[in-house]
Amino acid sequence: MMPSQGPGDAPGVRGEDVSAGPSGGARASATDDVLVRIRDLTFRRGERTIFDGLDLDIRRGAVTAVMGPSGTGKTTLLKLITGQLRPDAGRIEVDGVAVHELDKAALYRLRRRMGMLFQSGALLTDLNVFDNVAYPLREHTDLSPSLLRKLVLLKLEAVGLRGARALRPSELSGGMARRVALARAIALDPEIILYDEPFTGQDPISMGALVSLIRQLNDASNLTSVLVSHDVAEATRIADHIYLISQGRVVAQGSPTEIAAERSTWVRQFMDGQPDGPVHFHYPGPALAADLLNRGGR
Amino acid sequence: MLLDPLARLGRSGLDVLARFGRGHQLLLAMVLGVGEVLRRPRLLIAQVYNVGVLSMLIVGVSGLFVGMVLALQGHYVLARFGAAESLGLMVAASLVRELGPVVTALLVAGRAGSALTAEIGLMKATEQLAGLELMAVDPVRRILVPRLFGGVLAMPLLAAIFSAVGVLGGYFVGVGLLGVDAGAFWSQMQAAMDVREDVVNGVIKSLVFGVVVTWIALFQGYDCSPTSAGVSRATTRTVVHGALAVLGLDFVLTALMFGG
Ligand SMILES: Nc1ncnc2c1ncn2[C@@H]1O[C@H](COP(=O)(O)OP(=O)(O)OP(=O)(O)O)[C@@H](O)[C@H]1O
Ligand SMILES: [Mg+2]
Repeated sequence: MMPSQGPGDAPGVRGEDVSAGPSGGARASATDDVLVRIRDLTFRRGERTIFDGLDLDIRRGAVTAVMGPSGTGKTTLLKLITGQLRPDAGRIEVDGVAVHELDKAALYRLRRRMGMLFQSGALLTDLNVFDNVAYPLREHTDLSPSLLRKLVLLKLEAVGLRGARALRPSELSGGMARRVALARAIALDPEIILYDEPFTGQDPISMGALVSLIRQLNDASNLTSVLVSHDVAEATRIADHIYLISQGRVVAQGSPTEIAAERSTWVRQFMDGQPDGPVHFHYPGPALAADLLNRGGR
Repeated sequence: MLLDPLARLGRSGLDVLARFGRGHQLLLAMVLGVGEVLRRPRLLIAQVYNVGVLSMLIVGVSGLFVGMVLALQGHYVLARFGAAESLGLMVAASLVRELGPVVTALLVAGRAGSALTAEIGLMKATEQLAGLELMAVDPVRRILVPRLFGGVLAMPLLAAIFSAVGVLGGYFVGVGLLGVDAGAFWSQMQAAMDVREDVVNGVIKSLVFGVVVTWIALFQGYDCSPTSAGVSRATTRTVVHGALAVLGLDFVLTALMFGG
């Protein structure tokens, strides 16, 4: 079994600014450097509780990595932060504004300041690579065609795909598609960017380039980055702060060095990738023997 | 146990009602988004091409055959009463009032409606719609609205093509094959067809069918469950619901227009 809140109290900065609390939705201007503040988040999918009283802070200008076993709800968390899903309880504030209380117009205004890289890429399949990256620029700015072209080519250059600009998404490999999606996500120079598994399907070279790109973007333009990843090594390499979540809660958090020094069995098992331990590889269900003996049904 | 079937019935009833409600919400959102097509007429033109121009061949060919069959059948009845000269009128009136709008709408539901549903459904399944939303682009306005108004504009034009080609088909069979007098064919038609009574009513029907068929197609795509089976089910539903809605509404509209 997973310790319900055990290791969370060991390392790091827990309880740092809980005192600020939910500040009634008013813009918390001078209070702190927290851009995304999640308090007591509860979210369910049918019978299954995905988040159960989750607290999480994302600091301005930092790279925050969110890690956890597959299926714990990392993608769901990003969808909650961007307002695609609404929480069943709790608050999610971005820059002091409760995302889940915004109307559509206000939500769209907020999203212009966000970039998100989908796990699947989510490129428009009827447009080529160039037009995909140009899309948000054409939608939200009045740039002249020549300036637009320069900007798009620069973004594509950053992800190493300037030469692929005429290809269609169906002609890209999975890793290339994800890099195009990254170029599109940064096209509007957002203030906060959310990466859902950017490293999946990248070879060591493009992986290294991506890691330094994410770091560079973050530092050059004082961006705030949220990085969801399984990739323990890469995530610890670029993150300023790490959250490990499991079964709806934060299991451990802290800087990479603090996490590396963390002794709890759960954290060690996850970070070192051992198959045995408190983390379960299997989705919850009846015991295998019982399931195999059970005739009929499914 | 005993109540299970009842509970299932209730649940599916609620599902149908909820879907009905979502459909109307979507229609309202699309109508409110009309500004989008005025601001970006190019999107609209692309969709008129998509729904209209690409359906022209099937609509034209169908119109030709329907007109020819009408002339054959009509001549058989009219000749018994010595009224074969009225063949032109009969063919034109049936086409413009009834068959033009209805058959065109059925063809569009099958040809363009199913394509719209599959397109939107696949965009949903591959997270393209969610991606647009995250770029602060409203997919209802950007993707659905131009398609709705494109369909509504294309439908009467297609029906007009259907009727015109149908009349020509009737002319070939009636005058060319069956020996009806050409002058009588055209003059009877000219004298008895009324712009308001026949043509305008036909156009109104077409516009209504255009709204309904495109709306059903777009809603099925937008509301489908984002899986291969979901998209395929939605495509089927577009054709079935679209055809039933057209035939049912045609009865209502005909009763209102010509019943009194
Ligand atoms: N549309 C949905 N309907 C119902 N349940 C869902 C849906 N999407 C996700 N879930 C459930 O929510 C849980 C969290 O899913 P999520 O995609 O957030 O996981 P994740 O942490 O991103 O996993 P991975 O690392 O494999 O991407 C999963 O257990 C999944 O079964
Ligand atoms: Mg995920």
